[in-house]
Amino acid sequence: MTARAADGALRPLSIDVYAVARSTVASMRRNLVTRPTGRAVRAAIEERIAGSRAALVSLLDLRRVQVLDFSCADEVVAKLVLRYLGPDRPGNVFFLFRAVEDFHRNAVEEVLRRHRLAAACDVGGRRFELLGHVAEAERRAWTDLERRGRIDPGAGAGLGRQEARALRGLADRRLAYVGGDGEFWALSAATGPAPGAVL
Amino acid sequence: MRVLELPPSLGYGDVEVLYRAVAAGEPLLFDARRVEWVHPTGMVALLAAGTVARDRSGVPSKLALPEGQKGQQVSSYLGSSGFFRAAAEVFDSPFPRMSRRAGRPADTLLEVTPIATNSDVHEVVDRVQAQAAVVLSERLRYPPSALVSFSVILSEACQNIIEHAEGLGWVAAQSYKRMPGLPRAAVVVAVSDVGRGFTASLAERHASRFADRWGDVTALEAAFHMGMTRFAETGRGQGIKQIRRLVERWDGLLSVRSGTARIADAPSWNQAPPMEEGLVRFPGAQVNIVIPDRAQP
Repeated sequence: MTARAADGALRPLSIDVYAVARSTVASMRRNLVTRPTGRAVRAAIEERIAGSRAALVSLLDLRRVQVLDFSCADEVVAKLVLRYLGPDRPGNVFFLFRAVEDFHRNAVEEVLRRHRLAAACDVGGRRFELLGHVAEAERRAWTDLERRGRIDPGAGAGLGRQEARALRGLADRRLAYVGGDGEFWALSAATGPAPGAVL
Repeated sequence: MRVLELPPSLGYGDVEVLYRAVAAGEPLLFDARRVEWVHPTGMVALLAAGTVARDRSGVPSKLALPEGQKGQQVSSYLGSSGFFRAAAEVFDSPFPRMSRRAGRPADTLLEVTPIATNSDVHEVVDRVQAQAAVVLSERLRYPPSALVSFSVILSEACQNIIEHAEGLGWVAAQSYKRMPGLPRAAVVVAVSDVGRGFTASLAERHASRFADRWGDVTALEAAFHMGMTRFAETGRGQGIKQIRRLVERWDGLLSVRSGTARIADAPSWNQAPPMEEGLVRFPGAQVNIVIPDRAQP
């Protein structure tokens, strides 16, 4: 756990998606397929993260998931992110997806794009990448933030107007976290390093 | 009861005879005595045609099994591929009882399986894993990750039955060392249902925008090329689009028949036209997928 997480501002919560699926009555199955299964798994994840008053970064771990089809990914990835995006979200929750293997990537990326969403995903245990619908300026700003972990726009960070605007855009899309002093945090800074992550 | 003599080969290019035969709505005797070769598409088409004949005439049709030396081999294959279990629910004919312990043939990826619920889709995906892993990697020379893509294709094709057809359907998959028209190893996936078909499924949300152009061709194009679906929510309509993408990546053939039309993405090794219209009307949708082995570099 990083210093940032320890100060209580952004609490990490790991969720093993496979275990959630196995424990969900509707889906005692090995593979994450079909929309009803996706809905049931999403509901179970929402239940786990409900009730927390603190800001959370939920680490959804796909490590043990083998097959993830598009219908299920639409529910477990896209609709989950969408539910916590707007002002009527049920909690102050951010999402990171871990262990997105190459064989999951197509489904995850496609469902995010379809909803014009994006999410930070640790792809193949290498490093976090931004998957989904992302403008070039947003991608540059996110990559810079991911590399630095934290950017304080008021402390001579050397930010151009465009990058500052892109960082605010990332925060609006809940792809970055804004601390109490207006500083921007990479979500992955609250999670500890991913294998091979550039932090 | 009218007799329909089935051709010796009951594959992808031969099943229209079944759909034409049931158009009159009379009970039929499907005479398969001369059948020497049957393909997953033939098996699921036979089940669909038998169901439609029964529903239209109010009388179960009959099925005469293949005869002769080759016929016995075909019957043995039909039994071990799960066809007789499914056919017993459709036809008023006695079928040999096949022991489940006999096991399926090594080339059968997935026995004929009825699809009516989401649980059936899970069952199909879970069941196909071990055999598909071997066939895809050893016979078709795909990397291990291809198993996931193949499973996604199966899952999305079967879900189409539940979400859009709202009727009974079947799926079957088989691998071949070679097959007619394709001298390469391949996997064939056939999915057929007797539900309401694409035109009726999409009509409520989309027919008005196409005005008098609305019909089977337009409905298939809307689903196939534009990802249109009867559901209003964003994120729906991905199934066929993603099947197309995955099959195209593998230089495979994908065709979808619904109503009186058939749409296809045909690779260079196949001459299927992009669209066929004016076919005899048949309920539901019939999906046919052929995935050839990986081309040699």
